[in-house]
Amino acid sequence: MKYLCLVYLEGQKLRAVPDRECMACGDGLRQSGVLVAAQALQPIETAATVRVRQGKVSVTDGPFAETKEQLAGFYLIEARDLNDAIQIAAKIPPARKGSIEVRPIRELDPI
Amino acid sequence: MAPAEPNKPIRDTINAVYESDSRRVLATLIRLLGDFDAAEEALHDAFRAALEQWPKEGVPSNPRAWLVSAGRFKAIDAMRRRSRFDALDDVGEAADKAVEDPALWDEEAVEDDRLRLIFTCCHPALAPDAQVALTLREVCGLTTEEIARAYLMPAPTLAQRIVRAKSKIRDAQIPYQVPTQTELPERLDAVLRVIYLVFNEGYSASSGAVVTRHDLSGEAIRLGRLLVELLPEPEARGLLALMLLHESRRAARMSPSGELILLDEQDRSLWDRAQIAEGARLVEQALSSGRFGPYSIQAAIAAIHAEAPSADATDWAEVVGLYDILLQSDVSPVIELNRAVAVAMRDGPAAGLAIVEAILKRGDLKDYRLAHAARAELCRRLGRMAEAREAFERALALTRQEPERRFLERRIAEVSGNPV
Repeated sequence: MKYLCLVYLEGQKLRAVPDRECMACGDGLRQSGVLVAAQALQPIETAATVRVRQGKVSVTDGPFAETKEQLAGFYLIEARDLNDAIQIAAKIPPARKGSIEVRPIRELDPI
Repeated sequence: MAPAEPNKPIRDTINAVYESDSRRVLATLIRLLGDFDAAEEALHDAFRAALEQWPKEGVPSNPRAWLVSAGRFKAIDAMRRRSRFDALDDVGEAADKAVEDPALWDEEAVEDDRLRLIFTCCHPALAPDAQVALTLREVCGLTTEEIARAYLMPAPTLAQRIVRAKSKIRDAQIPYQVPTQTELPERLDAVLRVIYLVFNEGYSASSGAVVTRHDLSGEAIRLGRLLVELLPEPEARGLLALMLLHESRRAARMSPSGELILLDEQDRSLWDRAQIAEGARLVEQALSSGRFGPYSIQAAIAAIHAEAPSADATDWAEVVGLYDILLQSDVSPVIELNRAVAVAMRDGPAAGLAIVEAILKRGDLKDYRLAHAARAELCRRLGRMAEAREAFERALALTRQEPERRFLERRIAEVSGNPV
């Protein structure tokens, strides 16, 4: 069974835990064979929301999922830039019914 | 005679180059340096260098290329100085290589840079108010203070908005690109929306009393022209036409004392004929393309008004027909309201009032001042003064614009039978 562990932090506490500590945690879990993938995210202000309605792609700024929408899954993708990521996100089927939040990954800083 | 006098013609030349080319140079520097802040700094450094060197060495044969090159050198210098301890030399090398590429200087690449800049500033992943601020700052070259004054907000708030937008461009990697054909329709919509927002801010807020505000309508029309020049899409033409046709009525919209004058009461001899002619020509081009959208249709409606000798002599059937087409692509209660007003002109106030009341009953526009004002006006024409008064008062409670407030107060006095 696979589990997704979601990390929540207040905006001003995003860097409260040193990156180096998180990297060590990731390394440890990887060595013990339990880690599939882990990434830090850029702050919420960097998000864009993609929806497809009647075949038309719409992009809005920010994480604008409806309050009744819940996190239903995730795709970790490799894209050239945000435009490329938006094009890919628009192909994810639930984009037609709900919304896909596109949030850039933040690379951890070992220093 | 002051010793600096011999340099004056060159300083004038530099000022003229700044006027005509600083945005082009900036757009190219952003591409070369991959960063808005670095490019802005480089632009200033380049003009500072021009002020020092051109008086001594003469004006270069291609001032724009000289400025891009000078700006790039200064930026690489600054990057090297900042990264003394890092191995960032490859950044400089990449930029070195780029500038030697002759393709860099061809007209098309440079014109593309201006489009790249527009599309990046109006990227839908940026908040709408950030898109507006960034476009006015980077594409139009307004200062942060000018934009803040125009939007009646504190300069630090606006500066913060621009800083956040630039960090989002960097952190989310919004590319410096003209959209591909598949993305173009949606992305162009976003650009048109920004331009129209700027226009409306300037158009509806013009009270005549506030002279310090930057002329946002004029800025929006300049932007519209630039877009048509760079990307002659039908809807870009349609939007430019719409703005010109609205702008043509500016002198007639206000009395000398700053009182609002409605379309049917305006002195049509004050309308700007040159703007109307240009607007009408653009509408025709847009419509004949067969690929027009809502801006072109609204412009077509504005053109019918602009070319009519009076409100009564307006082809209201045609206006209603165009609103019908508009509603097919864009179901919006505000458009339904405008259509209702046109129906009232075509078929009489009772027919229009029935539609307005149906819209209000749905609750869609219950807080929209113009819906209540339209209902009031139609009741007034039907002689239903008590209802008219109540609706004018409702509109008055919802308006925030001073000239509108005075207009509504005048109407309330009229329908109450009081002397104006």
